[in-house]
Amino acid sequence: MSDMISLDAAELARRIHAREVSSVEVTRAHLQRIEAVDGPSDGSAGPDGVHAFLHVDADGALAAAEAADRAIAEGGPVSPLAGVPVALKDNLTTTDMPTTCASRILDGWRPPYDATVVARLRAAGLVPLGKTNLDEFAMGSSTENSAFGPTRNPWDLTRVPGGSGGGSSASVAAGEAPLALGSDTGGSIRQPGAVTGTVGVKPTYGTVSRYGLVAFSSSLDQIGPCARSVLDAALLHEVVGGHDRCDQTSVNAPLPPVVEAALAGARGDLAGVRVGVVGELSGEGYQPGVLAAFTDAVRTLGELGAEVVEVSCPSFSYALPAYYLIAPSEASSNLARFDAMRYGLRVGDDGERSTDEVMSLTREAGFGAEVKRRIMIGTHALSAGSYDALYGKAQKARTLIVRDFTAAFETCDVLVSPTTPTTAFAIGERVDDPLAMYLADLCTIPANLAGNAALSVPCGTSPDDGLPVGLQVMAPALADDRAYRVAAAYETARSSTPDAAPRIPELRALETTR
Amino acid sequence: MSDITRDDVAHLARLARLAVTDEELDTFSRQIDAIVDTVSAVGDIPDDVPPTAQVVPQTNVLRADATEPSLPRDVALAGAPAAEEGRFRVPRILGEEL
Repeated sequence: MSDMISLDAAELARRIHAREVSSVEVTRAHLQRIEAVDGPSDGSAGPDGVHAFLHVDADGALAAAEAADRAIAEGGPVSPLAGVPVALKDNLTTTDMPTTCASRILDGWRPPYDATVVARLRAAGLVPLGKTNLDEFAMGSSTENSAFGPTRNPWDLTRVPGGSGGGSSASVAAGEAPLALGSDTGGSIRQPGAVTGTVGVKPTYGTVSRYGLVAFSSSLDQIGPCARSVLDAALLHEVVGGHDRCDQTSVNAPLPPVVEAALAGARGDLAGVRVGVVGELSGEGYQPGVLAAFTDAVRTLGELGAEVVEVSCPSFSYALPAYYLIAPSEASSNLARFDAMRYGLRVGDDGERSTDEVMSLTREAGFGAEVKRRIMIGTHALSAGSYDALYGKAQKARTLIVRDFTAAFETCDVLVSPTTPTTAFAIGERVDDPLAMYLADLCTIPANLAGNAALSVPCGTSPDDGLPVGLQVMAPALADDRAYRVAAAYETARSSTPDAAPRIPELRALETTR
Repeated sequence: MSDITRDDVAHLARLARLAVTDEELDTFSRQIDAIVDTVSAVGDIPDDVPPTAQVVPQTNVLRADATEPSLPRDVALAGAPAAEEGRFRVPRILGEEL
């Protein structure tokens, strides 16, 4: 294993910019790592492959790396991450690679334009390696809803890597990429980050452009970084973030200084920072090992000088029901665009059948079970007889959750909770029980509904099963820097302890699961 | 329970243009009934709470009404399942009798 694949993006960038190593060499090391551990892109290696990637563009990556090396050799100014490889969730449009959303309905589709975040990465000289696996259209919490087979958790190849962005988080955890982009609608960056022992950030809604992110739930979707360190996430955040006129919900305000905050936090002083522990995100249904790791993390924050208080957010009990009404409702509308007419799959067009019939046959053949379920639930929630009782009430729940956050942030600078109630569960364990699957998002959903910033930072492993646990840090809207500061301070403290977890686990299937 | 029946799911599938199978109707009606039952918890919220549709305090984001480049026709058609004479070719839209 080349040591280059275990280095932080910041250190890789330093070496590349000092010309101690070339971007081509770094890129090649990561392509070799993918070749060695990922297995075929159809997932046919089973537990012998991580299957984080649906598409790897080795030629494109090496060409981008050569361009970065040339720019650096010419001595002009380059961006802080120029030459560093990055993986992209496969719901971000790319002109030079397919974009499938892990759905049969878009199998092989080549988008006609780059997502804004992809264009910004390219302009900053980063090196896209390929497209990562996800639950179909980002609907799921385990990456098992991918039409192209599940991604496997690098800590235990018999377990899920979380979802929907399991591919992005697993690629970073396995050393296949130092950085990745994900999208977080109800936890799809943070929850995979937690269960793969990596950092995942959902920025404030509207601060990273959604242009070119295939829409799932437009009022909740947010693109953000996946990394192995808080500083790396901040560096990527600043490359892709900021106002974009192509996204009407883009916030026209300066991006919070997240890199500065990560650097300040790493100095380890949290004096004067008020940390609120959300009482409702704990207790029944949470694994004892997760709560033990979380309690340890909170104690560490106190030792760093933070003032730790208990806070109550009683309306968070409505978050899960409200989310599973609002997200499917918006999805039922957004996914109407897959009509078999302009792009993607078309089934049953025999010259006799009507447009309506072809549309129905195509959507039946092209969508998987979870996507169909959510489209139908959304259709139900928006129908005349149910609108007030379901969708309308879910929007009222959203108001109550926003109020809970507002009240809590009057007495606290940040709020903390476990990122997810359990560690990674076994592949297959929850596929037939959608409601059990939905519970994986219990702690992450409130921040999506309220639109504020939240991240997950590794907080060691559960004493129950040795698998990673995530600490969620939530901050007010446009105060993402606070979450970065606290997470960086915690990360620094944690990494100096004797039982600090390895940066990249030994890839294997543990025998404790089936 | 929320009383979502097999017939209800068949109706939803028709509205959503999903040609679901009989087997799927059995599974989906059971699952969707359970899910709707759970999410109906929002029904406890008092009616006088105002709704929140989106969290960014912006309204009517407009751009100048000026011509800008758009996707070239061949690029827009490149991903189409069928194209003809520079247009999307679609199955018949009107009934035979019309």
